[in-house]
Amino acid sequence: MSLIDSLPRVGAPKLPKIDGLIPWIVPLVIVLVWQLACVTGYVPSRVLPAPTDVALAGWKLLLSGELIRNIWVSFWRASIGFVIGGGIGFAFGLANGLSQLSAKLTDTTLQMVRNIPHLALIPLVILWFGIDESAKLFLVALGVFFPIYLNTLHGIRTVDPQLIEMGRIYGMTDGELFRRVIFPGALPSIFVGLRFALGIMWLTLIVAETIAASSGLGYMAMQAREFMLIDVVVLSILIYALLGKLADSASRALERLTLSWHPAFQKK
Amino acid sequence: MQEALRFQPVDAEPVDHADIVVKPRHLRRVTESVARGLALTIRGLRKAFGDNEVLRGIDLHIPSGQFVAIVGRSGCGKSTLLRLIAGLEAPTAGSIAFDEEPRAQDVRVMFQEPRLLPWARVLSNVEVGLGRERASADAQARAERALVEVGLGDKRAQWPSVLSGGQKQRVALARALVSQPRVLAFDEPLGALDALTRISMQQLLERVWRDQGFTAILVTHDVAEAVALADRVLVIEDGRIAEDVTIDLPRPRRRGSAELAALEGEILKHLLEGSEDTL
Repeated sequence: MSLIDSLPRVGAPKLPKIDGLIPWIVPLVIVLVWQLACVTGYVPSRVLPAPTDVALAGWKLLLSGELIRNIWVSFWRASIGFVIGGGIGFAFGLANGLSQLSAKLTDTTLQMVRNIPHLALIPLVILWFGIDESAKLFLVALGVFFPIYLNTLHGIRTVDPQLIEMGRIYGMTDGELFRRVIFPGALPSIFVGLRFALGIMWLTLIVAETIAASSGLGYMAMQAREFMLIDVVVLSILIYALLGKLADSASRALERLTLSWHPAFQKK
Repeated sequence: MQEALRFQPVDAEPVDHADIVVKPRHLRRVTESVARGLALTIRGLRKAFGDNEVLRGIDLHIPSGQFVAIVGRSGCGKSTLLRLIAGLEAPTAGSIAFDEEPRAQDVRVMFQEPRLLPWARVLSNVEVGLGRERASADAQARAERALVEVGLGDKRAQWPSVLSGGQKQRVALARALVSQPRVLAFDEPLGALDALTRISMQQLLERVWRDQGFTAILVTHDVAEAVALADRVLVIEDGRIAEDVTIDLPRPRRRGSAELAALEGEILKHLLEGSEDTL
């Protein structure tokens, strides 16, 4: 009716499409500026190759199958290490959150181990496992373990005791109480741990692959450095960024799916 | 028209201004309203937390189906008494006996906080109240009936987070009612609500109590609420029953009537005198 009423309706239908693109504006602008800087010769190509050159290098590696193979190897290592470390961390988090005895027995030890930077173990791990697959898996698993453990434990410890009392009053068995009250209550915190762990997973893997590996993205970047292939080095770095973003998006999607009850995840 | 309005009886049921949906007659469980409530007898009840003796000898008999309000200043032990009756705490000494051994779902509690599971839809939250009978075939139908009873039939598929404070408390009431309890203990269930929502909730409580005939025990700090709802008001002071006032007024009671105000004044005066002693 009035002008104010009609205003939002005009803009509203177009908004969702633009909304999805907004986060990509800044990366796009950066790439454009980068390309421009390289083309004009402001940045010499031995310092930073143009995005088009990087894309070309990527295309060549894609055709030779090298890129896919290396990404696949890294992805596989990351996943296996994540499942092992995350699984054990989750199990310890549950056990120590639910059982006082278990917490007393293991928590102090775990807190001590936690304060050792896991990448500091690389020399030891190389001595133990050589540059075998197990070395990388071990490091990833160790890095992923702690964020998952700590956040699972925190999530379970901070479930509203009033809700637990309510569950008991209404005759829930221990199993039901866990399934219907404790686990859903701990889930938001577990997801925080999951996203931290995903970040640490890539970090650890790349460092491990850079130092000691004969395949994978980190290895590809190190090889390229040896032969002064700066475009491949930059390509590797960009792939890390994309993989990291992918992992984050996956965990966000999972979050939206399982936390739809949470006010923060409800559609407006 | 004018005449009809003017000659409305004085004690006509007050108009419900709030958003409670009037329940269809056929849903009322008339057959079950016959003395479903449990009577309980408390003898020499004491409760201490460490050195702090909260209840110092309570003797009390509550007949079946009575609506009892317990008032008193903060820390007088009224909530502890309620938690003991509901079986949430064990007494230090003394006994609480029901006239029949209650099953788990016969005694229910409603707290000041709704305590709804935020990750369960409204209907599932009500189903929680069925306790062990949750798995039975008619569980969902019973939960739906309870929701309709508190006027929230249309909210069954919502998340609790989108409900208002009063609506959440009504879901909590439906959860407490769904197992058709014979004793319902209220621990300041309306304490966190605004004045108007409070009044409509009080009317809802009174209605379900009259329909279902359970024994109601209401802990409140609001003396006006106590005299408006209860058959009997107990004043607790220093862990003992200081006064036992029978409210023998016809229902539904008109809020703000002279009789209620007089009773309220009397009880308040007692409570205030008590507080002066300790100053």
